[in-house]
Amino acid sequence: MKCVTVELNGAKVACDVEPRETLADFLRERCRLTATHLGCEHGACAACMVLVDGRATRSCLRLAVMCDGHSVQTLEGFRDDRIMEVLRRHFHECHALQCGFCTPGMLMMARDILLRLPTPDAQTVRNQLSGQICRCTGYTGIVSAIVAAGAEVGRVTGD
Amino acid sequence: MKSAAFDYVVAKTVAEAASLLRQEGTVTAAIAGGQSLVPMLNLRIVVPELLIDIGGLEELKETGVTAAGIRIGALTTHADIEDGKVPDLFGGLMQKVASGISYRAIRNYGTIGGSIALADPAADWPVCLMALGADVRIATSNGARSQPINDFIQGQYTTSLAKDEIILGFDVPRSDAALRWGLFKVVRKSGAFADSIAVIVERGNSGAVSVALAGAVSCPYLLPTIAKYVGAGETSEDVLRAAIARDLTACAPQADSYLTRLHTSTILRAVRDMRTQ
Repeated sequence: MKCVTVELNGAKVACDVEPRETLADFLRERCRLTATHLGCEHGACAACMVLVDGRATRSCLRLAVMCDGHSVQTLEGFRDDRIMEVLRRHFHECHALQCGFCTPGMLMMARDILLRLPTPDAQTVRNQLSGQICRCTGYTGIVSAIVAAGAEVGRVTGD
Repeated sequence: MKSAAFDYVVAKTVAEAASLLRQEGTVTAAIAGGQSLVPMLNLRIVVPELLIDIGGLEELKETGVTAAGIRIGALTTHADIEDGKVPDLFGGLMQKVASGISYRAIRNYGTIGGSIALADPAADWPVCLMALGADVRIATSNGARSQPINDFIQGQYTTSLAKDEIILGFDVPRSDAALRWGLFKVVRKSGAFADSIAVIVERGNSGAVSVALAGAVSCPYLLPTIAKYVGAGETSEDVLRAAIARDLTACAPQADSYLTRLHTSTILRAVRDMRTQ
């Protein structure tokens, strides 16, 4: 076991982990943060998306030991985030989820898209979302929600 | 899917990483971004006993413009190149290639050094760096060596890297004359590994052309015949097809009629892409 110290959603967390433990398992099993969902566990589905040092990454493709001394943000950390609030509302209004399993990853990626590419059009969103898998919606609602959220965030910030 | 158990050490220097990697009787592996290695660990395709984290080594971050061209550190991520954080002397070719690798979340941590060290025949960087004529800089047990990427990559997932050697980065030569490039990639879904990918680079109008092909082939190849014809300004599609057929006989003799047509059309489209620039 190795002791790692992670700044998790703004709070310091120190914990013993096995070297082979993924960040996703660390978050779910040791930290009981279960918004991060695990689908494929080999980087194909993106349900487990988190931010490490502010960069979107799949927590099934990062070892927890590699995050020692780094900052990790999960969906739980964005409860009061302004962009996430707008995204949640538009996901609700556009019917952007059915079973909801992919939604945490979709929201994390959607926020990353809006920060990098403000007020994206539908084609941009589709390209950027190509690494996320949803097996219910056919993506139409998700794309509409992100486009609408981008337009609203853009209006507010004057972009 | 979970990896088998292993030990993990963070290397502080290249020398320390090398001495850990060379341990007799121990299966060792180096990890940086981990975007290929972690899935392979989870699928238990790779089962190391000791994993050495080289992701913090300063020597692997040396990036900038040199007299000869651009030096790119092995730890440079695809996203760094996509976002223009690496100087560009090649008219946006590397930026375009980077933006087509897998998905943004992978590009955020996947490194150019890792891509070349793995030498997946369908990956984007080997074919791109080959067309650009890059050299690989490698830390060895008694210093450093440099090798043209065409010699460094020896086959499918096979390179000249010894057990204790580490890629420091790449030197990509600048072009004295105007540089043009073309790129075409066929993938079944966006973000997937290429079925076929061709990169063509022309340095000046004098005919110095490199054409590289990768994807469903045994390893990335430079195609000399089509390069010669494109360099000579040949425009007849029949002649170009015949030239490509000769190259494919040499580099992909096992290709069936579908793959032969696929690679042929990928190369022709890359040529067209360059000529319309």
